[in-house]
Amino acid sequence: MSRVPLPEMPDRVPDQHSEARLAEIRREAAERGTVSGKGALPIGAPFPKATSETGYYGIPMLKEPQWTKEIPVYFFVGGAAGAAAVVASAANLLTDNRDLVRDARWVAAVGGMISPALLISDLGVPSRFLNMLRVFKLQSPMNMGAWTLTAFSTFAGASAFANLVRQKFGEALPVRLIENSSGVLASLTGMVLSTYTGVLIGATAIPVWNDHAVSLPHHFAASGVNSAVSILELLGHDDSRGLNLLGMAASAFEVYEGMELELSRDRVNEPLHKGLSGSIVRAGGILSGPVPLALRVVSLITGNMKMRRVACWASLVGSLLTRFGWVQAGHASAKDHRVPLQLPEKVKEIRKSSHELAA
Amino acid sequence: MNQGSTQTNGHRTTAFFTDSTLCIGCKACEVACKEWNQISEDGYDWSSFSYDNTMAVGHSTWRHVKFVENPTTVGLGGNAPGQLPSWSFSSDVCKHCEEAGCLEACPTGAIVRMETGAVFVQPDVCNGCAYCVVSCPFGVVEKNEEDGRAFKCTFCSDRQKAGLKPACAQACPTESIQFGEINQLRQHAEDRLKDLQAKGVDDAVIYNPVDTSVKGIHAFFLLRGDPRAYNLPPQPEVPTIYQKKAWTSAAVAAGAMLGATLLAFLGDNRR
Repeated sequence: MSRVPLPEMPDRVPDQHSEARLAEIRREAAERGTVSGKGALPIGAPFPKATSETGYYGIPMLKEPQWTKEIPVYFFVGGAAGAAAVVASAANLLTDNRDLVRDARWVAAVGGMISPALLISDLGVPSRFLNMLRVFKLQSPMNMGAWTLTAFSTFAGASAFANLVRQKFGEALPVRLIENSSGVLASLTGMVLSTYTGVLIGATAIPVWNDHAVSLPHHFAASGVNSAVSILELLGHDDSRGLNLLGMAASAFEVYEGMELELSRDRVNEPLHKGLSGSIVRAGGILSGPVPLALRVVSLITGNMKMRRVACWASLVGSLLTRFGWVQAGHASAKDHRVPLQLPEKVKEIRKSSHELAA
Repeated sequence: MNQGSTQTNGHRTTAFFTDSTLCIGCKACEVACKEWNQISEDGYDWSSFSYDNTMAVGHSTWRHVKFVENPTTVGLGGNAPGQLPSWSFSSDVCKHCEEAGCLEACPTGAIVRMETGAVFVQPDVCNGCAYCVVSCPFGVVEKNEEDGRAFKCTFCSDRQKAGLKPACAQACPTESIQFGEINQLRQHAEDRLKDLQAKGVDDAVIYNPVDTSVKGIHAFFLLRGDPRAYNLPPQPEVPTIYQKKAWTSAAVAAGAMLGATLLAFLGDNRR
């Protein structure tokens, strides 16, 4: 079964008015042999049309994304893991906070383990995941993503494992070298992992996605940093000034991004404002932008740590909703045939019913 | 046209020319395609739009006859107001783009260009990632949720290899679906257009978006009226064109991410 969604049709049932008019027509026809004036609108009218102004009966021209719910979750997990790897390397380089380095390495490693599982379970033929690694295809963002994720998971895992070995069996230079070098490689691939998902959906035929091909990588990067910081703070690193600063920067960027999306008011961007996708994108934007930013600032002034924890939870939920919202917006955008067909904004009535023509 | 220019490795580049002015809407192409390629049925759903109950090409529909009901007021074929409306039929199919979005996007290399110029999904390689679905500017390729893999028109590559016409072209009773060497067919389409125009059919157009990033299609159409009424986009773009700016943006974002993280921890040292 092909799944072509039917365009929205008015759900019209015979009403008293049209039934009365039909009875009138029948009487008139019986009495005079002819009928004058307008008839009644049939159920379902006005019917969709195939014209240069309406497209082909309003049937969507593009196919909707066929990804499962695992994909937006993967965008979230991968984004957070990638950013956590960067945090691990930066903290390792610039601070003495060994616990933060350890936890950031582990957040990256665990994310690097969950992500492939999510990606594989989305595939129509999961046993063929490795087919993505039979080619190295620069022009396919999905292929680049598979390679990036494979490399990231390896490096993040190695780095966390080396960290564990060091903690269990004491300092050893080779282990430390392995930890730090794979940590650097994990943060390099992690930066790609956190941003490429924006390219992945930006470089598609879905209008609302490719319209944001430039802003999506930034948006998703900020979202990834925001969630990585929040996870680490909730793991007990709420005394880290660096994390708080980074969280504020990411939230501030999300405020800017939310405003930019809110101001893009053309037809392409309707899915970001209207319907289910609009609600999710907005909720995600508010929860990952202004809410955590305000809470963090207030917490910084008053020293109220509870507010910072609320900010973390808001950022996490907001980041997850952002990914779900964007995928949902892709669905809504694919169903809107007006944009890819470049249909006129206002459709004038060009077709008359036979009754109207007869009159 | 120089026929030799399209010879690639001894194979000729082939194409479909669907002349919708000859189409009678019999759907023999849909049936022949399903029979030859053994595609599953689409279900018995009524669309309530004209006599078209298939509605679009998809994983189980590789040929799809569109039924465009022309308004009486426009007047095709001499229709005067008050007369019955007329129909325009057109058999839709995968366009086998010169720059194919699905082929570019496919992460496994399952989608390949055949020696005939056809864009082909290798069913033994496809892993059902569904990235081609969102990369097709014509909404053609679709994942079969039950099977797990993506499917679309194969251009009857198996039949072509045996020197046969694709099943739809073979079955078409009015030669609305024509199959042949691409340049000859393009020339034929131009001749047919001129012929129609000479006969006073002034709304006939050839749909072949050569001026877009798709750079032309291997299944082009002759239509009456605006292609948009047939769900054909005026400006299809291969999504690859968005990649340069998207990757550039990703690189900047990655740099900003690294810079911000380093800056944040710069003041956080030696607690």
